[in-house]
Amino acid sequence: MLYRETGQFKTTYLADMAIFPIRQDYFLMIGILLFAYVIAPLVMNDFWLNSIMIPTMIFALAAIGLNILTGYTGQLSLGHGGFMGVGAYACYKLTSYFPDVNIIIHIFLSGFFAAAVGFVFGLPSLRIKGFYLAVATLASQFFLEWAFGRIAWLYNYNDSGAIEVSSRTLFDIPIAGASAEPVTRYFVVLAIVTFLTWIALNLVRGRFGRCWMAVRDMDIAAELIGIKLLPTKLLAFSVSSYYAGVAGALMVFMWLGAAEVESFDINHSFLILFMVIIGGLGSILGSFLGAIFIWNLPVLLRAIPDMIGVNIGAATVEHMTFMVTGALIIFFLIVEPHGFARLWQITKEKLRLWPFPY
Amino acid sequence: MEILHGIFIDPFITMYELPDLLVQVLWEGFVAGTLYSLIALGFVLIFKASGVFNFAQGIIVVFGALSLVGLHSLGIPAFVALFLCIGIMFALAWLVEFTVLRRLVNQDPIILFMATIGLNYFLIGFGEGVFGGEPKTMITAELGLPTGAFDFDILGGLVSLQQIDITAAVTAGVMVGGLAVFFNKTRIGRGLRAVADDHQAAQSVGISLNHIWIVVWFAAGIVALATGVMWGARSDVSFALSIVALKALPVLILGGFTSISGAIVGGLIIGISEKMAEFYWGPLVGGSIESWFPYFLALLFLWFRPQGLFGEKIIERV
Amino acid sequence: MLMKKLALGAGVAALVGASVLADTQPVQAEDSLYIPLTTYRTGPFAGSGTPIANGLHDYFTMLNERDGGIGGVKLDVEECETGYNAQKGVECYEGTKGKGALVYNPYSTGITLQLIPKAPVDQIPILSMGYGLSATAVGEKFPWTFNVPATYWSQLSAIIKHIDTEDGVKGKKIGYIYLDVGYGREPIPLLDELAAEMGFEVVKIPVGVKEMQNQSSHWLQVRKERPDWMIMWGWGAMNPTAIKEAVKVRFPMDKFVGVWWSGGNVDLRPAGASAKGYKSTNFHGTGTGFKAIQDIMEHVVSKGKSQADPENVGDNYYNRGVMNAVIVAEAIRTAQKITGKSVITGADMREGLEHLDLTEARIAELGLSGFANPMKVTCEDHAGAHPIYIQQWDGAGWHKASDWITPMVDKVRPKLEKAAEDWVADKPDWQMGSC
Repeated sequence: MLYRETGQFKTTYLADMAIFPIRQDYFLMIGILLFAYVIAPLVMNDFWLNSIMIPTMIFALAAIGLNILTGYTGQLSLGHGGFMGVGAYACYKLTSYFPDVNIIIHIFLSGFFAAAVGFVFGLPSLRIKGFYLAVATLASQFFLEWAFGRIAWLYNYNDSGAIEVSSRTLFDIPIAGASAEPVTRYFVVLAIVTFLTWIALNLVRGRFGRCWMAVRDMDIAAELIGIKLLPTKLLAFSVSSYYAGVAGALMVFMWLGAAEVESFDINHSFLILFMVIIGGLGSILGSFLGAIFIWNLPVLLRAIPDMIGVNIGAATVEHMTFMVTGALIIFFLIVEPHGFARLWQITKEKLRLWPFPY
Repeated sequence: MEILHGIFIDPFITMYELPDLLVQVLWEGFVAGTLYSLIALGFVLIFKASGVFNFAQGIIVVFGALSLVGLHSLGIPAFVALFLCIGIMFALAWLVEFTVLRRLVNQDPIILFMATIGLNYFLIGFGEGVFGGEPKTMITAELGLPTGAFDFDILGGLVSLQQIDITAAVTAGVMVGGLAVFFNKTRIGRGLRAVADDHQAAQSVGISLNHIWIVVWFAAGIVALATGVMWGARSDVSFALSIVALKALPVLILGGFTSISGAIVGGLIIGISEKMAEFYWGPLVGGSIESWFPYFLALLFLWFRPQGLFGEKIIERV
Repeated sequence: MLMKKLALGAGVAALVGASVLADTQPVQAEDSLYIPLTTYRTGPFAGSGTPIANGLHDYFTMLNERDGGIGGVKLDVEECETGYNAQKGVECYEGTKGKGALVYNPYSTGITLQLIPKAPVDQIPILSMGYGLSATAVGEKFPWTFNVPATYWSQLSAIIKHIDTEDGVKGKKIGYIYLDVGYGREPIPLLDELAAEMGFEVVKIPVGVKEMQNQSSHWLQVRKERPDWMIMWGWGAMNPTAIKEAVKVRFPMDKFVGVWWSGGNVDLRPAGASAKGYKSTNFHGTGTGFKAIQDIMEHVVSKGKSQADPENVGDNYYNRGVMNAVIVAEAIRTAQKITGKSVITGADMREGLEHLDLTEARIAELGLSGFANPMKVTCEDHAGAHPIYIQQWDGAGWHKASDWITPMVDKVRPKLEKAAEDWVADKPDWQMGSC
């Protein structure tokens, strides 16, 4: 009942090609945007914005990036934490060379540096496949981590070896740095993420996206029907790292305020991969669902003992968090290996018939 | 010019002038290499038999060593604890098979890979919850492992071989030999090779996949336990050890995911070359290149043999 | 199908749980002093983090049990696990700052760096006791950050002084092995400068986080370079491995000096007797022979209110935690005295820290005679180059091996001021103090 598309006729090609061909999807989307842009900033306190909404958005962006590479093009990467770092360090260098240019422009530009690095580290993908490639991308992860620590130019030769964000403004409102209100930072992140998500949605259903998916399904077959593997794979690597780079820049400038090498370590690469797989490979919606789940699960688990009034040590909570996270990941993989995106699809199917399933 | 000199000439002069250090570096590389091989061996065993890229192998190493030390600290004699640990490894193998593998049959490799990362998280939480996060001292003496060193005054200097390192190398050799015999001479071993070749065909001739998986995970667990004891004796037993286990990954791509001899040769190549690179060339770029050098080396090999040195050639059909 | 329903149910439950979470920002009781502790008992650095967490926690608990808090107000101590991870640290900070947090002790240089810019905005001071950004010692530039009793730079200068009195540094070769993160790199500028001034040679050997337990090539480097002395800036799992490797390459242990974060009993235990003679700096006593520590034993540990193993009470890092807690408690007392209020705020706490004056008499009064040297914080100097001493490992425990060494204030202070200047330079609206 709820999700029935009966009676919605497409009379033009344009309507047929719309992002949300079903009216219900369209309304749902408006609802979500309304929630994100209006309700969330109104009802949420600083903790919610700072520790839940902003990081979730940023990680969702990174997950979209990885999903383009892994979910749509079928190239497994364990180096996205490093690419996020490239974006962050590039943005830092840009702001120190051109302090007068607006930070938002820098954030968008810094993605291109990450894209270039991703391009270079994508080159082995032409010869190496599957887990061999995954391990090969670890090379980029470890090399980049080393470079962030070793090349003092990247952090302007300061003694701490960390990059720090100074105040940046847009229309005289501080949007980065410690004095920026969480709400302003949230809006900046949200706007950038919405924009890039919209781009990604159109990218994956267009020509490039179809090429990527053909390569994912079988690269030799794709080559036979005339898709050039070299540009297609490298484009996927570049676009994917662009997203990661922007996410990295946002992470430092809009969320953490400072970062050192450890902020981009291999655990981040895994975290993003988790989000993509739990959310659903080959689904933009899945990237968001995955990010929401993986980022907020530990936060929630940590809050549970407090909520029910049990006082157990912080370390025990942490152990439990690790165990439950691990167990839940296995559980969800067993239940639905195709991730939350698939669950949502099943739900949609059900809602279409509901309440008369027979 | 000076840089070229530093890369191509100076290191070799140092090697020539201080031959004792060269021998020592080679030895350290060899020992590290055998231990990398052992970790890689655990990966290979599991990958061969079940197609799972088992990311949790590193944490199983830690888990094995921690259980051993933990049990001993409860007052259980060292050797009894060792046997109990082998039991724990079996229980772990059975649990993994029963709760994870059995339910994820026929899924994409990447899903299985993810599941092992989930397992990794679970074991970190469980291990730290039970044994605590503080590093422990390996019960070297109680297990009867030697701790001294053999010193040789040769080559105009001192070459010192730690007895624990020798033990580690011997253990690695024995394990590999034992596994080779096991795979080639026993019934289970033959079944295992059959499974590695083709799941369905193996099943159709009456080989139980579930049993084979338990055996393989158990074997990998024992290898992990041995690695944990050896590495724990060289430094200490703590969760940071699982970082070292990541070093097995370049070994894997170098040697191929499916080859036991590849794991051994790959481990030695990685171990020796990374120590050589760090020692002779590392200072040129500020040191600490050990963390990524093995990966680049492995990539270089991959460029010429995309399936690893000893990996099976993959034939793709459209 | 059942499983799928279960999964859906779990998803819904998670959402509901999340919305309940929105209302779980408990309002702090009016009559307590809230001290959040960002500690870590998990992860690769848990070995160093756990005893510190225990020491901090137990001293505060002891104050609650024995004296009923400070100035009649109970302390509300909450631990938040960071795993030495800066992001989790920030999350802990964001989650606890709204509850009336008085002061943060980040116990990680990474977290400290993230919190420094937040402190003036949220009006909560940061106490990074003997770590963090050295430049924050300059109180005019960093009114909200304190790093008593000494910065890394002061400490390094004291180590060099020690080497100089033992051996004479001129013409010597000194090896510097460090954890390759911001923390380990921090002392390098001063080390290079001192090397040039005092005429010694420096060999730097970085150890990556991934190589912490795999240091054989680093120590072969040491064998090749044959330095006369070694200085180590290590942390977590790096320490025990380095000490074992040093034994292996036969480096003379009494010429091997660790930073005060490389001197935990846990770090030395794996090497045990073979590491006899190893030195490390310190600024407080070790062992249980102090009245306050005995009080902790009596009121906290023996009553099972501590997570610490009674055997490990009095370990170096445990006492480090106690020392940290003492400074916090004394700052609270000072703040109460200044403001006349018994329940104070973060801003009051800043005043308290800035006027902290731990005199010999006060230390004795606390039952800690001989535990620490007197400490005084001024508005200009938030670290106060307090003297430190060198301790030596005797195979089972520590003993004092030098007198109190005063750092080279004349060399360090100008550098600190310059570093602070540089830090502030690209932050136009940075809020400075006035002294």
